[in-house]
Amino acid sequence: MSIDIAQFHQVFFEESFEGLEVMESGLLDLEVGQPDAEAINSIFRAAHSIKGGSGTFGFTAIGEFTHLLETLLDEMRNGTREVTREAVDVLLLAVDSLREMLSAARDGADFDAEAVAAVHAKLEQQLAAGSAVPVTPAVEATTASASASASASGAAGGEWTIAFAPHPNLFATGNDPVRILRELRALGDSRVQADLSGLPPYAEFDPEACYVRWTITLDGTVEESAIREVFEWVEDDADIHLERASAAGAEVPGSACNDAVDEAVAAPALTVAPPPVERRGGEDRRSGERRAGAAGGSTSSIRVDIGKVDSLINLVGELVITQSMLGQLDDPEHVDFDKLREGLAQLERNTRELQESVMRIRMLPISFSFNRFPRLVRDLSSKLGKEVELKIVGEQTELDKTVLEKIADPLVHLVRNALDHGIEQPDRRAAAGKPRHGTLTLAARHEGGNIVIEISDDGAGLDCDRLLAKARERGLVGADEHLPEDRNHELIFHPGFSTAKEISDVSGRGVGMDVVKRNIKELGGVIDIQSKFGAGSTIRIRLPLTLAILDGQLVRVGDQTYIVPLVSIIESLQVDPSRIKSVVGAAELYRLRGEYIPIVRLYKLFGIEPESSSLEDGLLVVIEGEGQRAGIFIDELLGQQQVVIKSLETNYRKVDGISGATILGDGTVAMIMDAGGLIALNRQAHKPANPSDNVKAA
Amino acid sequence: MDTSMNAQSIELGMTDNVGNADQYLTFLLNGEEYGVDILRVQEIKGWMPTTKIPNTPEYIRGVMNLRGAIVPIIDLRLRFNMPAIEQTATTVVIVLKVESEAGERTIGFVVDAVSEVYNVSAEHFKAAPDFGSQVHTDFIRALATVDEKMIILLDIDRLVGSDGILQAPNASH
Repeated sequence: MSIDIAQFHQVFFEESFEGLEVMESGLLDLEVGQPDAEAINSIFRAAHSIKGGSGTFGFTAIGEFTHLLETLLDEMRNGTREVTREAVDVLLLAVDSLREMLSAARDGADFDAEAVAAVHAKLEQQLAAGSAVPVTPAVEATTASASASASASGAAGGEWTIAFAPHPNLFATGNDPVRILRELRALGDSRVQADLSGLPPYAEFDPEACYVRWTITLDGTVEESAIREVFEWVEDDADIHLERASAAGAEVPGSACNDAVDEAVAAPALTVAPPPVERRGGEDRRSGERRAGAAGGSTSSIRVDIGKVDSLINLVGELVITQSMLGQLDDPEHVDFDKLREGLAQLERNTRELQESVMRIRMLPISFSFNRFPRLVRDLSSKLGKEVELKIVGEQTELDKTVLEKIADPLVHLVRNALDHGIEQPDRRAAAGKPRHGTLTLAARHEGGNIVIEISDDGAGLDCDRLLAKARERGLVGADEHLPEDRNHELIFHPGFSTAKEISDVSGRGVGMDVVKRNIKELGGVIDIQSKFGAGSTIRIRLPLTLAILDGQLVRVGDQTYIVPLVSIIESLQVDPSRIKSVVGAAELYRLRGEYIPIVRLYKLFGIEPESSSLEDGLLVVIEGEGQRAGIFIDELLGQQQVVIKSLETNYRKVDGISGATILGDGTVAMIMDAGGLIALNRQAHKPANPSDNVKAA
Repeated sequence: MDTSMNAQSIELGMTDNVGNADQYLTFLLNGEEYGVDILRVQEIKGWMPTTKIPNTPEYIRGVMNLRGAIVPIIDLRLRFNMPAIEQTATTVVIVLKVESEAGERTIGFVVDAVSEVYNVSAEHFKAAPDFGSQVHTDFIRALATVDEKMIILLDIDRLVGSDGILQAPNASH
């Protein structure tokens, strides 16, 4: 049986990254001076898992690095080392390095060896610096490695003799004795002897059982606790006997060369060992599908709460019951309409619930995104010399995984902005009568079918006068033009607009807010800002919960039905002929409350036979896309409904003016309009140089 | 010749695989008989009204809902510049898998009627003669004679690929 160990790499990486997150958030919460023992323990466990995993999968560099980290943590755990701010800083740096090393290993790339070496050196420096608390002799091992510290208490005796007799079911628990032997060897000089007397005759040989026992002789300077630690995972699955020989040290008879025995042991063990996946019980087991996916490369996967899957199974069960109930009505002679109606109502309910339930699987709490901010705020505020308290509200609010991934970068940008431009230096705050430390609040909540994310600070707020001056300077606003306050604030979303007096490496280059706004718009969301000069700003992002479903307005043009996303619609109105103006006899405009908006005759643009080409007979739907407005001329407004977005690109290609398609209740397909694309298409169609060849004359 | 969509004949053909001959599903178009590799055929559907896609060549009839997937429909008559006809009782949509540069696509093709399933081995292939610029023959894989009839075997990937209809609008302009 050959095992492709690579298929478990993805699982290892995923778990390691999760472990790093645990470590990071643990370290951030760690109180200097009086650490919570359980917190240190959980950090230590995460590091230990990464070390174990990287050893198993042959990522030695990661393993060695983590080992140092672990040693440091172990000392903190035992209380032999004080938790200082410097130590935590170094540990955080180490977490970053580990993350980089892991990403590099995952992508098959090289990591920045110099940077890692620098952190490595810092860790060693920390270790060497020792601790304020004196090391209690003997029992408390300062380090598990066979380095200098071993001599501190190692003089006690001669060689260790370890009798290691695994139970036959050792492999079933996912443990590999060879790994344990290697780990022992790493502790110090050792000799290993295998006892093959337990091997049954070939016919009775169970390939998944362990029949071999080992006697290991180990350098006497190694701590007992270090040896115990090696066997930590197999304690319950093996008989382990530790004995220390007198200083003279009885030689184990017939001791063979380390490597030879190791190889001899390795051969049977490797061929029969079950996949060493998930050595630790209790954590979630992976489905076969996940493994298949993992083998295929970097497929994106999602962790789903088992409760969600259970509810899905329940719903499918109900659906099956409804189906069999409807099936019983299949009697052409006698149709029971009441029962049929009842069944159909039930089917509708089942389907709706099933849809909601399936959508919920894609939903993840926003904490996945928020969790990175404590670190970011900590690092950035100390760099800027500001005191900032971060408050996170509603981190359990769920939203679609795709949306979650796409707002991560905009959020980082907004938080950096708030820290850099928003919150002032402590002295300035004190002078303004505010507490020295600023407060940054990240809040998320559901509102209807949307998620609202707010980033607010109690900092300086936007200076309207400076914004206006800057805008005038750049010619965005006329010299004596005055803007209402909200329009004024919106200036910051203008490309290249920055009010920072000097450019720092944090922000101030004037790229960003426009990109943030564009990203949010691409997700079908809106962003606005409220600010009070001197009191702080709040940026509010409103996003649809999912990209798979949208609220649509069904409209009819000729015999075709189209869907206009409700978010794009400003209003729908009946045409007042006196307000229609034309430019150069061609382009039609409609005067709407002092603004002139172009009229888009959809039937012309899309080449459809309209019911009427006279504007008075139809309606104008005013839409907004990419900051521009237009009035779409249609024959009739139909209903509003939620539609499931299907891509046209799966089997065809992108079509200008169309963002996708959906299937209506009667099974026919309807196109979903893309407001921005439609306006652009209309502009193009009016350029005489570029007539659209395929548009049929209406 | 039976011109209706005859499920029985398709079934008989399927079980009748002789030697290393490939099987071809043939269909009728303006009196001519065309064949496509049967392994590409996903299903055969009756004609259903389609939803138009704006600004596409006329031979793209629009899209259809195929069990939740949005599938474009190409009218082969119009594609081959044959006179358009009204849909008849035998008009069907043959849904094929097409390999394109952009990946595998599912596309429906409107034809007059489904005909037969034939085993055609490669030695019966005759290369299509060069018609000059009059007829593009890129997408004709070969001509084959079966039961004294000429069958035009189509290379469906080339047929779709040569049109560039699957390319994004910006690329084709």
